[in-house]
Amino acid sequence: MSAHDTHAHPAGHGDHHGDVGPHSSLRDYTIGFVLSVILTAIPFWLVMAKVISDRNTAVVVLGTFAVVQILVHMVYFLHMNGSIEGGWTLLSTIFTVVFVAIGISGTLWVMFHMNANMMPEHPTPTPPVHDAPGHSRP
Amino acid sequence: MTSVPATENHWALGRITWDSIPMTHEPILLWTFIAVALGGIAVLAALTRYRLWGPLWRDWLCSIDHKRIGIMYMILGIVMLLRGFSDAIMMRLQQAMAFGDNLGYLPPHHYDQIFTAHGVIMIFFVAMPLVTGLMNYLVPLQIGARDVSFPFLNNFSFWMTTAGAVLVMVSLFLGEFSTAGWLALSNLGNQNPGVGLDYYIWALQIAGVGTTLSGINLIVTIVKMRAPGMSLMKMPIFTWTALCTNALIVATFPVLTAALVLMSLDRYVGTNFFTNDLGGNAMLYVNLIWIWGHPEVYILVLPAFGVFSEVVATFCRKRLFGYTSMVYATVCITILSYLVWLHHFFTMGSGASVNTFFGITTMIISIPTGAKIFNWLFTMYKGRIRFTVPMMWTVGFMVTFAIGGMTGVLLAVPPADFVLHNSLFLIAHFHNVIIGGVVFAMFAGINYWFPKAFGYQLDEFWGKCSFWLWLVGFWVAFTPLYVLGLMGVTRRVSHFEDPSLQIWFVIAAFGAFLIALGIGAFLVQLVVSYLRREQLRDVTGDPWDGRTLEWATSSPPPQYNFAFTPVVHEIDAWWDMKRHGYQRPLAGFAPIHMPANTGAGVVISAFSLVLGFALIWHMWLLAGLSFAGVVLAAIVHTFNYQRDYHIPAADVAATENLRTQQLLASHV
Amino acid sequence: MSELRYHAGAAGAASATLTARPYHLDHEPHPENGTALGFWLYLMSDCLIFAALFATYGVLGRSYAAGPTGAQLFDLTLVAINTAFLLLSSITFGFAMLRKQANDVRGTLLWLAVTGFFGLCFLGLELYEFAHLIHQGAGPQRSAFLSAFFTLVGTHGLHVTFGSIWLVVLMVQIGKHGLIHENKRRLMCLSMFWHFLDVVWIGVFTFVYLMGVL
Repeated sequence: MSAHDTHAHPAGHGDHHGDVGPHSSLRDYTIGFVLSVILTAIPFWLVMAKVISDRNTAVVVLGTFAVVQILVHMVYFLHMNGSIEGGWTLLSTIFTVVFVAIGISGTLWVMFHMNANMMPEHPTPTPPVHDAPGHSRP
Repeated sequence: MTSVPATENHWALGRITWDSIPMTHEPILLWTFIAVALGGIAVLAALTRYRLWGPLWRDWLCSIDHKRIGIMYMILGIVMLLRGFSDAIMMRLQQAMAFGDNLGYLPPHHYDQIFTAHGVIMIFFVAMPLVTGLMNYLVPLQIGARDVSFPFLNNFSFWMTTAGAVLVMVSLFLGEFSTAGWLALSNLGNQNPGVGLDYYIWALQIAGVGTTLSGINLIVTIVKMRAPGMSLMKMPIFTWTALCTNALIVATFPVLTAALVLMSLDRYVGTNFFTNDLGGNAMLYVNLIWIWGHPEVYILVLPAFGVFSEVVATFCRKRLFGYTSMVYATVCITILSYLVWLHHFFTMGSGASVNTFFGITTMIISIPTGAKIFNWLFTMYKGRIRFTVPMMWTVGFMVTFAIGGMTGVLLAVPPADFVLHNSLFLIAHFHNVIIGGVVFAMFAGINYWFPKAFGYQLDEFWGKCSFWLWLVGFWVAFTPLYVLGLMGVTRRVSHFEDPSLQIWFVIAAFGAFLIALGIGAFLVQLVVSYLRREQLRDVTGDPWDGRTLEWATSSPPPQYNFAFTPVVHEIDAWWDMKRHGYQRPLAGFAPIHMPANTGAGVVISAFSLVLGFALIWHMWLLAGLSFAGVVLAAIVHTFNYQRDYHIPAADVAATENLRTQQLLASHV
Repeated sequence: MSELRYHAGAAGAASATLTARPYHLDHEPHPENGTALGFWLYLMSDCLIFAALFATYGVLGRSYAAGPTGAQLFDLTLVAINTAFLLLSSITFGFAMLRKQANDVRGTLLWLAVTGFFGLCFLGLELYEFAHLIHQGAGPQRSAFLSAFFTLVGTHGLHVTFGSIWLVVLMVQIGKHGLIHENKRRLMCLSMFWHFLDVVWIGVFTFVYLMGVL
């Protein structure tokens, strides 16, 4: 049952008296915001100005920026660290990230193979007379 | 495209018509309805006659007490067991008789609904509630806490699960149920615009919300509310399995939610996720649903392992052998269960490399389970074993589950699975592990903890009858299915041409009949125990000489569980207390801070039930209104800031003094 | 039975020295509040829903069914503006939290209102984008790619919608009861929710919009 504090709780509870949750600071939010703006602007510029010609490289670069910005959000906005909540939020985040990675990469791997083996072939291309819906290769 | 044509939709009744009431042309349903109606009227009449409506609402339906909620989950599970098992008997009868010219008594469309309902009910509305009920009841007691971390959410979770069950039951009498199997493989179901699949979708979505929230609740409870001194490695092993199970629940039920949402969008909006054209990919559904589906069965079996660990330690009068390795095995199983899902569709065509990877991971996951079995056996070795009913279920489990597990490892080999996929061999395998593992554990757990919950033991004779009928009945019912599967017989078939198969089906039907007697014996056990409750009464709170903290309380425990929070020093905290002659304090009681009962959970769930029903029948106006109802009821609930109260010290003292007197009287 | 040990004290006498260990607390227990962890776990479950939707988009994202592609449809300027709205709303929520820490009710409500405004701007622009796409014949029924797109981005938008409703309700409750402990706890949860939605949006604009145009 949640400790419903209708009375003043004794000292030594581990949280700020009169406050709830991890301590935020203007400095943290400012750093987080500035970093996020930079980490957003660069990817948008890279794509809109067509800076990187090779698609695979672009994917890796964009993905990296996304991961870094997510980490920035986690640390500066969500105050993620190893000591909050006895380390349980960090542990559950790692757990989730692992499962997300398995789920997404597993799905992509499995479905790539399924599509390669099981999806019907395209008919040999003829000049299209009218727009006909058909399967497209993923 | 699979959207229902926009014509014929009544502004209020959606697509309900007179034809939606199947019992007008199905005699079986008509008789079922009559029986249910008569039974229902009898129950309502009894409630009115004995003026139980008030107490029922105040003390049970609105209760946020984890013990009451746990009991309600168990009742839900047992009631739905009767429905799910009726489906099983009907299938066995049909398959035993339908050969050649004899078409049996169930037309294929009806048979399809029965096997679908059987699977859905048994997994979602029998096994999950029973497992959740046990965890709900026991975890706070085992960790020395007063309740779970979020008592209101606990109540709400229960009512959402019940709402899902109600939707499934309504489908018996209005409309029809899904014919697409318990997982609604989309090429069977998605293309079918009837209401059956929609009943399935909304029942699972609503119940799924309840389950996910319950998962979060129990994790936080175990993390935050353990008694002082109870480090993680001093928790009872059942609590460890509960922690891992609930982590799995939180990690996997969202995938089920997403998969069903995507299928719903295909059906309601005309999207193309799983269609055959415009880019859809039905195989994606199979992939997503099994990413959920495999961890689901570990969600069911891990608490079962926890039950057996507790039972074995108590009835062998020995500490559980290899506690640390048990914990590591449980955690390993939790993580590995997320890496094996493709073994459910080896034959769908992903090719050799993918199949090999998942075949290997599937074989690896059997290793930690094997380690657990060895630990239980080593606990029994040189223990002073008492063959009580829970212990008998445990030994039955060890034999049955081990064999079922071995057939699983056999199926893990992709070339073997190519022959046996979706055959009766597969059916026999998963019933072997689910019945041998989960069902046996539930009966062991019910017999073990019933005295704690109700203050009197269950009748031992009828318990043993039930056990032997289940054990023998199970093997008689499913061994023929192994044989038939190896001979090539496919699942979900309601009629056969080859008469040489019939003898096997007849034997299987006889086994099902024995199991029916076993369930009957269990029901008799409940009634007889109630009638003999004074002779079976337990006043000590510890009828089995148990080892964990729940046995430190009275039977049943007081509302607040522990007048004084225990302090823990060793594993098997209660055993440690007993060894050191701990005396419970008889004075110095303080007021106890408790959460208050509330009807908000029932209300929000009721709105959700109406919402689900309205969406099924395309009653858009009602759907909009009930959705608004859900949101508004939730918001109104958040405006309630007065959710707790204190039990006065005098009341605590009175309860504890009563217990002291009972303990003294029991030693006259 | 085991209870005999209590009252006969047989074992107790032999192990009297060991009973010096305390086996119960004298005072009311104060377990740590679980709301933050519980809400975090809910966010993790939400993460997994989005993961499934991302996986679906990953599989179906090139199934154009001879219809329009991302490169043809996506207006990156609009997406950039929306990203700015969401990022700004995150920082303004941060300012609201700073005001909460100072127990300043008016300041908290002001910054929450600004946050809500940015949230509504985001939603408005997104609805405009969706309407425009549907008008062009690129609705969710056109192809699997578009089904996945609308569902993934739409689910995020739905979350922002519910977050906005929650924000308004919480503003009413803070206005009514002030920054009491319970309201601070709720603010903390909404803060986590709001930032989490921004995290998901990073995934959306990167993997759906930017990579969809490549």
